[in-house]
Amino acid sequence: MLVKQISVFVENKQGRLVDIIEELYKLEINIGAVSIADTTDFGILRMIVNQPDKAYSGLKEAGYTVSMTEVIAVEMEDIPGGLYDVLQVLRSRQVSIEYLYSFMRRTDSKAIIICRVENPNDAIDALQNAGKRVLTQDEVYSM
Amino acid sequence: MSLQYWNEPMECMDRDELRALQSERLKKIVRTVYHNVPYYRTMMQKQGLVPEDIDGVEDLYKLPFTYKQDLRDNYPYGLFAVPLSEIVRIHASSGTTGKPTVVGYTRNDIALWAELMARTMTCGGTTRDSVVQNAYGYGLFTGGLGVHYGTERIGASVIPISGGNTKRQLMLMKDFGTNVLACTPSYALFLAEAIAESDIDRDELKLEYGVFGAEPWTEGLRQEIEEKLRVKAIDIYGLSEVIGPGVASECLCQCGLHIFEDHFIPEIIDPDTGEVLPEGEKGELVFTTITKEGIPVIRYRTRDITSLTYDKCECGRTMARMNKVMGRTDDMLIIRGVNVFPSQIESVLIDFGDTEPHYMLIVDRVNNLDTLEVQVEVNEKLFSDEVKRLEELNASIKHAIQSTLGIGAKITLVEPKTIERSMGKAKRVIDNRKI
Repeated sequence: MLVKQISVFVENKQGRLVDIIEELYKLEINIGAVSIADTTDFGILRMIVNQPDKAYSGLKEAGYTVSMTEVIAVEMEDIPGGLYDVLQVLRSRQVSIEYLYSFMRRTDSKAIIICRVENPNDAIDALQNAGKRVLTQDEVYSM
Repeated sequence: MSLQYWNEPMECMDRDELRALQSERLKKIVRTVYHNVPYYRTMMQKQGLVPEDIDGVEDLYKLPFTYKQDLRDNYPYGLFAVPLSEIVRIHASSGTTGKPTVVGYTRNDIALWAELMARTMTCGGTTRDSVVQNAYGYGLFTGGLGVHYGTERIGASVIPISGGNTKRQLMLMKDFGTNVLACTPSYALFLAEAIAESDIDRDELKLEYGVFGAEPWTEGLRQEIEEKLRVKAIDIYGLSEVIGPGVASECLCQCGLHIFEDHFIPEIIDPDTGEVLPEGEKGELVFTTITKEGIPVIRYRTRDITSLTYDKCECGRTMARMNKVMGRTDDMLIIRGVNVFPSQIESVLIDFGDTEPHYMLIVDRVNNLDTLEVQVEVNEKLFSDEVKRLEELNASIKHAIQSTLGIGAKITLVEPKTIERSMGKAKRVIDNRKI
């Protein structure tokens, strides 16, 4: 139930982000969701893309420091309390979240939460027991 | 100008007599190392030499060179010429990679060092009435204790304040009536500017002399220090492998550093061929210690580039004078008085699992203090997609460099291939200091 995420090390320099995105464009890769964690000197670009393996090897060949990590994608209602609902399930299992970002699905206006947690199996188990829909790799990439 | 000597008979000895004394001492030290240090015996045997082949200074060139690497290969005590029971003090300086270079002193060596530092401090204007503020670092580094013992030997008052804590330096300088300041030249300039910015009036201070060393500095920097700090700035020279500070010192004439030749024989060689160069030519400075007991060194390659003159100085001293050091034959940097080799940083990075680290050292001088930035390319081995792990990586590299080199560095994680690759020897250093 885990989803592959591509992470890239980016220096805080003008034009660096667009270089990476251009690389993906040349590879004809579609980016489903994107987030940047930034610090004073560097950032980490995290993405869910339709062809993670191709993106990984393509960026690596272009000389970037890339890693593939596994994250959880969980569906939530786009209503007040929707995110609260998901987070409180994780809290009840004492699952710590490393980071989290979200995007909207075009078809049914549901929101998708992408999160990296310390113990993903516990998290998936808790979410599924609470009736939340945890998306598979194919479901996420085909969006 | 007062022309004071600490040991006039030696410092002003007739050069022929000096050479005879050096020859006697050299013959003795060669016998000593041949019989007591297996490394030197092996090296001499390889050249087909026995101690009797060295009959005086004129035969010195026959002996093989000693390199910093040899001290490292024989870490820690392999080159000591006496049993450890005779050693009363151990100092160390940074080696070219992880392990330091270790030197041991017998009781006589400590007395000799105090004598040489008494000469040095006297050269620099210190008398028994002086108050000497010693802002060299105390510890494994030889600077602090060298100045300390020499000052005590003269009978002057030493303030063992060690380096740093500028505010307290200024307070004591004023309240204790410091006449002589001993520190690195860059710290002297830093203190001069700190005085200008403080509420202390320079006229309230009794500062007259500065004894500055442990890093290379130019005539330009000297002028700047002399103007801003209003002291006579004296250059001193030494290295722990030879004895520490106290190898050579300028006198108040400021025209070259007198080498204390009754204990150290200097040579200038061509760093590539090893051939001895005539007086006045620029080359690598090499020292043979002829009286030190703990760890005598034979033709030790300092890697410092300078030239020598044997003319008698205006001050009356007859000892050879070396010019200010003009550069290095290796890639050693001196940052805040600390010897830094790029390879030390490399071994720290290798310890982090980075088998082929790409890094760049950027050295600068900001407000007269040296700064070191280490740029490290983040490859897949080091990378994590969590910010906190990368920040932890940054902090642990910083910590490891601090504990290896003893100086702080700013670590910047950079993208792969941002550091320029070169075809030959990798360029590891950008030194923006104007020294």
